Amino acid sequence: MPVMSKLKAISGSAEIVGVAESDRLGKLPNRSALQLHAEAADNALADAGIPMSDVDGFLTAGYSTYDVAEYLGIEPRFTDSTIVGGSSFVIHIAHAMAAIQAGYCEVALITHGQSGRSDRARAAMNRGLPAAQYEAPYGILGPPVSYSMAARRYMHEYGEDRTRQALAEIAVSTRKWANMNEMAYMHDETMSFDDYHNSRWISWPFHLFDCCLVTDAGAAIVVTTPERAKNARKGGVKVLGVGEGHDHSMISQMQDLTLPFGRHTGPQALEMAGITHSDLDLTMIYDSFTYTVLVTLESLGFCGPGEGPDFVADQRTAPGGDFPLNTNGGGLSYTHPGMYGIFTVIEAVRQLRGETGERQIKNRNLAMAHGTGGNLSSTGTVILSRD
Amino acid sequence: MTEYAKPIPVPQPESERYWEAARREELWLRSCLDCKQAYFYPRDICPNCHSRNTDWIRSSGKGTIYTFAIVHRAPHPGFGPDAPYITAIVELDDGPRIPTNIVGVDPKPENLDIGMPVQVVFEKITDEITLPKFKLA
Ligand SMILES: [Zn+2]
Repeated sequence: MPVMSKLKAISGSAEIVGVAESDRLGKLPNRSALQLHAEAADNALADAGIPMSDVDGFLTAGYSTYDVAEYLGIEPRFTDSTIVGGSSFVIHIAHAMAAIQAGYCEVALITHGQSGRSDRARAAMNRGLPAAQYEAPYGILGPPVSYSMAARRYMHEYGEDRTRQALAEIAVSTRKWANMNEMAYMHDETMSFDDYHNSRWISWPFHLFDCCLVTDAGAAIVVTTPERAKNARKGGVKVLGVGEGHDHSMISQMQDLTLPFGRHTGPQALEMAGITHSDLDLTMIYDSFTYTVLVTLESLGFCGPGEGPDFVADQRTAPGGDFPLNTNGGGLSYTHPGMYGIFTVIEAVRQLRGETGERQIKNRNLAMAHGTGGNLSSTGTVILSRD
Repeated sequence: MTEYAKPIPVPQPESERYWEAARREELWLRSCLDCKQAYFYPRDICPNCHSRNTDWIRSSGKGTIYTFAIVHRAPHPGFGPDAPYITAIVELDDGPRIPTNIVGVDPKPENLDIGMPVQVVFEKITDEITLPKFKLA
């Protein structure tokens, strides 16, 4: 089990000094996934004011680190290709902190790049995997099918109508934030409750507007020591708490479809940071689907099991509400290239720095960023602090 | 007959007996002789108590719907002609849950519910592979 005394001892011992997206997000048929990694890396290092040649720790997911490091022309002394779906890049922040603390490296670069929309060379599934034998032959293939089966179970346990209303609240509030983010794919498209309910079925009980976008995007984060953070161009945002883990891979192996692994990583990250839920000014939760947000709020302990629909009622999570959530517009309305988790951290850092213009939250001291990967399989949580 | 266009399982060393049994229209599960629990999917070491003292048992093929979805946008071209189709996780009376399709029912939400009893049926897709599916009991 994680040793809380040791975790508390390294709380705040690494800082995020650079965050960036690729130059553009959305439909980018003339950019390869590796180009997106490289653009984002260059942008994030510029944001930090640190040259690429200073990078001595490298973390990525989806590719081996040696493929992307070679492409970038770097020779890391700490290398981590942990790949547990979209939560990977949030988990990488914890790994970067541990590596910095242990002396493996001083400047860790985390990159992401995926052509979810325009990929010319999509990889096939490994046919030896259990999922290829027991789920894919039944068309239990891809996140919308597995997450919608989990959502149907939630409806059974906690009521179909109030669940449906909650999913609609989340879709609509998230779109309102996207309407305030110029980088958001849906920046110019508003969504009413009727639009939500009238959108076509993808995998019942999911409408189209329960599902994240499919885009091309890159992103990168630079993590370093508190000493180096002092000289970074914009200073540092401290990493106060972290948590990671998983309890299954296939959706049919998930013990309780209404209780993902955030039940462990959320409380761990908060305790390590020495704060409680009510101390947070911003919560960023990977919204692969509306249901992911609902069930994650509960698992993280913001409310109890089955209380999520009351928690998100009346557009509480929208601009002007008292619980700012996914202020970039999320995977639902901003961007979602496949493994979105890194973008939750980027928005949290920008909000804490006060860089987000029209959608800037007022109090900006503490934020949580939380990623989910696979089929509600893995989670990674980080707590970030402005000072 | 048109060619079968959906993903076809490739039996692995630890699952050959599962697929052989399905070919005979029988559903077999691994079961642990130490913790006395049947489990899915087939592997040699019990995922519950981690014992190697495991065996095979024949399932009754009876269970209930644990959850389901009705897939309208096929996630793979092979499922295009089937959409909308029903995916489900069935909780077997023997204990474990198994991913599957519910067949023989019009794929509309009002025709299905969690907890409904179901019974295994078998669909031969190639000479080697027969898929266990479920119908309402
Ligand atoms: Zn056992």
